Amino acid sequence: MNLRHALLALQAVTSREVAKFVRQGGRLASALVRPLLWLVVFAAGFQNVFGVSIIPPYETYIPYQTYIVPGLLGMVLLFNGMQSSLAMVYDREMGVMRLLLTAPLPRWYLLFCKLLAGTLLSVLQAYVFLIIAALFDVGVPLSGWLYALPVLVLAGMMLGALGLLLSVHVKQLENFAGTMNFVIFPMFFLSPALYPLWKLEESGATVIHFLATWNPFTHAVEAVRFALYGQWSPQSLAIVAGCLAAFFTLAAWGYDPQRGMLKRSGGKPG
Amino acid sequence: MSSPELHATSTRPPATAVAANAAPRADWLLQVADVRKSYGPRAALNGVSLAVAPGEFVALLGPNGAGKSTLFQLLTGLFNADAGQVRVCGHDMRHEPVRALGRIGVVFQQMTLDLDLTVEANLLFHARLHGLGRREGHARIADALQRLGLTERARDRVRELSGGNRRKVELARALIHRPAVLLMDEATVGLDPASRRHLLDEVLALRTHGVAVLWASHLVDEAEAADRVIVLHKGRILAEGSPQALVDTTGADSLAAAFLQMTGGTDAAAVTAE
Repeated sequence: MNLRHALLALQAVTSREVAKFVRQGGRLASALVRPLLWLVVFAAGFQNVFGVSIIPPYETYIPYQTYIVPGLLGMVLLFNGMQSSLAMVYDREMGVMRLLLTAPLPRWYLLFCKLLAGTLLSVLQAYVFLIIAALFDVGVPLSGWLYALPVLVLAGMMLGALGLLLSVHVKQLENFAGTMNFVIFPMFFLSPALYPLWKLEESGATVIHFLATWNPFTHAVEAVRFALYGQWSPQSLAIVAGCLAAFFTLAAWGYDPQRGMLKRSGGKPG
Repeated sequence: MSSPELHATSTRPPATAVAANAAPRADWLLQVADVRKSYGPRAALNGVSLAVAPGEFVALLGPNGAGKSTLFQLLTGLFNADAGQVRVCGHDMRHEPVRALGRIGVVFQQMTLDLDLTVEANLLFHARLHGLGRREGHARIADALQRLGLTERARDRVRELSGGNRRKVELARALIHRPAVLLMDEATVGLDPASRRHLLDEVLALRTHGVAVLWASHLVDEAEAADRVIVLHKGRILAEGSPQALVDTTGADSLAAAFLQMTGGTDAAAVTAE
């Protein structure tokens, strides 16, 4: 694999994903309506219910809307990551995946192209959400827009890799809706997206608190939260990076012709 | 359609009826050696060997369920065989998949075009995956489309094309990176007779360019013009030889009858589409 060939393939996969995204006009809208509902409606209703004390990285009392911005950015990344993997299952059912997997490039690299393309869309959507949030007067420091970029990319890749891994094991599209329920919602609620984790601890929900601390999404949200305020959370970043490596390795393994899903599901006799 | 008396024919010739192993040649572009693949207890391929030389059109005939799709999945590196070897231009699919894949072009049984992209965009996607830059990609796409008479459709979305033209686009795509081996997996499924004939003629014409073609089908009439016919049945090669040799060996009066006789006529209705 030479560099030029690798970049051309990345360009091919990325431009196809972007073209598809642009074509599906509703996808951007639905990607934004979801977090905006939380930001505008939910947060308005709960503003006085959840008092958020001063915790890092915040230096002062903050409105609830401000608190949930990183979590909602995480939600954008999470949904898009899962949606990209839904597209993988779809491509597999439709046979388009075969075209990709018979390209003369290492299979892990082709999956990596898919992951990068999906992440690009995730991050673009995250920024569109930030713009709209700013229009609703729920802003983050301007410098945070820049600091957050590498973290959004990293977190987006981690969640995309999780989607890839799931796509290995999801056989049909019908199963995917279930997976969404079993993955997206637990991940989102078992995280500090909507409430700081100490609230869980304080209310005595120790098991839930424990699960939340082991949730990769928790660390994605915290890494984004700190970055938005120009700070780094090394622990969260390390966990996100570690999960990315683990999920991607397992996904690449799953797509390997020797083992993995193709061996099990790709070989209908005939 | 096959004649009714053929349905009654159930005597099977011995598996070695026709020269099963042609003399080895150094220049085989595609070589499959004793490939085996099982799904649980069921053997989909039970020791299949075949080879295709440059400029040769080999028809792989087999009723549904014979193992053709499994074989094509191994040939395209989608997964590996339990045992045996697949070599493309000398490159082992298991150990050098990237080199091997670079030398094959495939038209899959299932359509794999993006319906909402233009013909040109679909082809450019493939060209890039094969490492061709914009300029070279466009030049080759223009060539391929011209050869298949699709130049005027280049900017149309695939959705607007007929089934026959979609297949032609897939053929054009399979040829853009100038493969040495062309694999056609039941490529005429769902096409009307004229489109079927046209596609077959296009592929037959590739022989003059030295392309090795493996054409899988369950339709005997598509094998009439082949240089060689390989009959696959229940995961084994039953017979191999020129269409005439198969007819002679079985004593049947046509290739269709010979095929039915060999495979036990269980798939009679599917043998010819016309």
